[in-house]
Amino acid sequence: MSTVQRNMSLTGEPPKTINTQQKIASFIGLLGLMILFLAFFNVNFPNKGLWLTASLTAIAGGTIWFSIAAYSQKHAGIKNDGVYFKSLTSKGFWAWILGISLTLFYVLLYWFPQYLGFAQDGNNTGIVALFDPFSQILNGGPASQWFVYGTLYTLAILAFGVKFIMKYRHNKYEKLRTYSVMFFQLGFAFLIPELMQRLNSETFSLPYYDLKNIWPLNYYNFEQYRVDDFISSGDVGIGLLIFGVASILIITPILTYKYGKRWYCSWVCGCGGLAETAGDPFRHLSDKTQVAWKVERWVVHSVLVFVVLMTTAVVHSYLGDDSSKYWLTKDTFLISVAVFLSIVFAGVWIFKREELQKDARIGSIAYFVIIIALVALHFVTGKKLFLFDAETLRSSYGFIIGAVFSGVIGVGFYPLLGNRVWCRFGCPMAAILGFQQRLFSKFRITVNGGQCISCGNCSTYCEMGIDVRAYAQKGENIVRSSCVGCGICAAVCPRGVLKLENGPLENRISSNEVLLGNDLDLMNYVNQK
Amino acid sequence: MEHIVIIGNGIAGITAARHIRKLSDKKITIISAETDHFFSRTALMYVYMGHMKWRDIEPYEGWFWEKNRLELKKAYVEGVDTKTKTLHFKEGGSINYDKLIIATGSVTNTFGWEGLELNGVQGLVSKQDLENLEKNAPNNKVCPRAVIIGGGLIGVEMAEMLRSRKIAVTMLIRENYFWANALPNSDAKMISHHIISHGVDLRRNSELSKIIGDDEGNVRAVITKHGEEIPCNVVGIATGVKPNISFLKNSTIETDKGILVNRRLQTNIEDIFAIGDCAQQREPIGLRPPVEAVWYTGRMMGEALAQTICGKTYEYNPGNWFNSAKFFDIEYQTYGWVFSEERKKDNEAQFHWKCKSKLRCITISYDKNTGKFLGINTFGIRMKQEVFDRWLNEKRDVDYVIQNLKEANFDPEFYRRYEKEILEEYSKIIEKV
Repeated sequence: MSTVQRNMSLTGEPPKTINTQQKIASFIGLLGLMILFLAFFNVNFPNKGLWLTASLTAIAGGTIWFSIAAYSQKHAGIKNDGVYFKSLTSKGFWAWILGISLTLFYVLLYWFPQYLGFAQDGNNTGIVALFDPFSQILNGGPASQWFVYGTLYTLAILAFGVKFIMKYRHNKYEKLRTYSVMFFQLGFAFLIPELMQRLNSETFSLPYYDLKNIWPLNYYNFEQYRVDDFISSGDVGIGLLIFGVASILIITPILTYKYGKRWYCSWVCGCGGLAETAGDPFRHLSDKTQVAWKVERWVVHSVLVFVVLMTTAVVHSYLGDDSSKYWLTKDTFLISVAVFLSIVFAGVWIFKREELQKDARIGSIAYFVIIIALVALHFVTGKKLFLFDAETLRSSYGFIIGAVFSGVIGVGFYPLLGNRVWCRFGCPMAAILGFQQRLFSKFRITVNGGQCISCGNCSTYCEMGIDVRAYAQKGENIVRSSCVGCGICAAVCPRGVLKLENGPLENRISSNEVLLGNDLDLMNYVNQK
Repeated sequence: MEHIVIIGNGIAGITAARHIRKLSDKKITIISAETDHFFSRTALMYVYMGHMKWRDIEPYEGWFWEKNRLELKKAYVEGVDTKTKTLHFKEGGSINYDKLIIATGSVTNTFGWEGLELNGVQGLVSKQDLENLEKNAPNNKVCPRAVIIGGGLIGVEMAEMLRSRKIAVTMLIRENYFWANALPNSDAKMISHHIISHGVDLRRNSELSKIIGDDEGNVRAVITKHGEEIPCNVVGIATGVKPNISFLKNSTIETDKGILVNRRLQTNIEDIFAIGDCAQQREPIGLRPPVEAVWYTGRMMGEALAQTICGKTYEYNPGNWFNSAKFFDIEYQTYGWVFSEERKKDNEAQFHWKCKSKLRCITISYDKNTGKFLGINTFGIRMKQEVFDRWLNEKRDVDYVIQNLKEANFDPEFYRRYEKEILEEYSKIIEKV
């Protein structure tokens, strides 16, 4: 079950106890959770608004007090003492309990919301009913399981965000980044959509959603009902639709060029936000082996191909054939997609060919040929586009990727596989931004001369499983598509070797055989070869 | 095929092996009695503190060795027969070499105190030391107090390790401040303050007289030269390290403190070389000590020797001195030479700046006659090696360095910057002069 060697001796366990204040804080937090549990088991609280307030306040207050008690008496600095000794953070008993509980919660949330008390028609019961008063205040309607989830998710980012800020209070980059994810979660992901919902009436139905949740992370953004709603909502709707397209095609490439994918993944994104706050204690559990990296590249890019195919098929399915009615027809759309993909493919092969590894070359050619062949097959033989019904593709994607991968595995397995499993292996948005970051970005992690001592803190605490040390000990800057720019490698480095930077493209990647500090002649001789 | 045998799988030996492999197809065998695989010795502390597990401090995965055809042998070499070019193992058996590289590193240096043989007396150099500390000081019930003899980098590491398990630590240092034989007093004072703030009982100007044990042969207490008895369960020896060369006693390889080598890192025997901590330069290089027990110098010797072994002779000719460490929460980097009071050269003057927080300071040393920049110690502010290396090569003067300090900053984005404060402080001092 667990492969972590927790203790090198048989004589005793190192102290890892929590102090009295932390015990009281834990107790308060658990009381808050208890209220939710009781509601889950259908205890019908009389004054729901009050009980919900009590519960959420206790959970948040308990977590925050715990964090203050844990860190405020200690010096500001790196706080990783005993990470591998604690059951919760070293895949021990409590990690399994937490992992299983989270997984069960996600299963209920996605497939059995009725057990959480959600009623499609009629009155909610259970835990969903407990959230009804809060939902009424925000959006004017009763709660759904997604409202419960959104509230708890936001609460987790805020409360554990405070914990993270306490933990890294010496590090301004980490603090600002955390304020940012807290702000975007509370404002954009939680409050704005709820308030947008209020604008809707029988005659006006604007999709209300997290505006920073960009396709393909928001894989349903261009589905028919949404596009219809956008178009029928007048200028605002059209504006949002254009914003949705511009986000992925114009805004993200520019920002990623300037700052790397971190601007999204560790400053804005909600998935990243949870991973960086509530998931922070599990960051060292990511798999650092080279095998894992190979698997990661195939899986995440396959998900990207899947979402592109699925979205193309879905949009294709509802477009018309008659160009006199609307300029964008099925064929025009399909040809545009094929042309766009061909341009990207050709561009990379012409300008960035040397930077592609062997498997990237094989993968890019294989996937490109398959997509273009399928499009051609459709045009020539009239067969179904991509061989499957658009609806089949859509529902399979929603189930496999949207629910199982991003939710159940992505968060449920935090304590077992680390906090960025989804971001690393599954997120198609991360794949696109990573592609941009690897090939067209000013961002890199700079290595400070020959100062690396190969200690391994950077690699260990990289939540994306990047073997940072492998680059640092060669004096080579780290330019990796998966890097989300969390900055923890630079923070935990005991010798000041790593720095996240945006700089010129020249010499962005600089490998040295012989490192700075040695004989200049020898360096010149060896490094020029 | 020429057979290169390397004794020692530390940074020096492994660097040499990697570079020889890059340059040639020679057969390479690496022998170590300590571990199966190379690990970062400087990271031993993090395993005890629970930041990393053992696998995490190994820089290469298992497949690396096979892929690069580096044969690993776990054995203790107890004899080197230089005539027949044979190594004899303590476990029995032997191996022949064409060229031999000795990179056996250091062992803990002691001063023959009474009681060194007691259980609980240990250094912190090897994996075995780490395992011993886990056994001797698993928690503060088995080990309520430890006494560390000597300051320096190993001493402060041991203190941080033990404090992470809430074990009381008393540290006996000979000088007035921590590591004052290497740091200028002003720097040493700030670090001493920081160490004390982490709950370490830092005893200045005190030395060990003897260690006393109980009936079962375990440490019971230490007695200082002032005659004070301090009860403890662990005694950490941090009075430096010395070359690990006892296995060469009966060989014809010439040794002094370490294995004597010329600038090509060659011993008195033609096909035998020594690199890393165990090597001693016959003539010191520049201001460097003849034995350099530092991670970076071990690596640099490995880089240089690999060229020589593969036919392109390079002397060990290191560039500007640099080093780094971390004292609890305060990072330290040094570029060029900044000497302590006792070692300061006649021409060396120093400029000090200290942050009010007492968590940051810098010392810049310069030639008091010419104003030439000689080196910098920086604590709590990260700085770029590349920039200082260039400034030292360009022989910049101290004014230039202080005015352009911004260029050298390597702190994370959004960190507060101190260049202005430093410049103001410097201007004040210049005005006075």
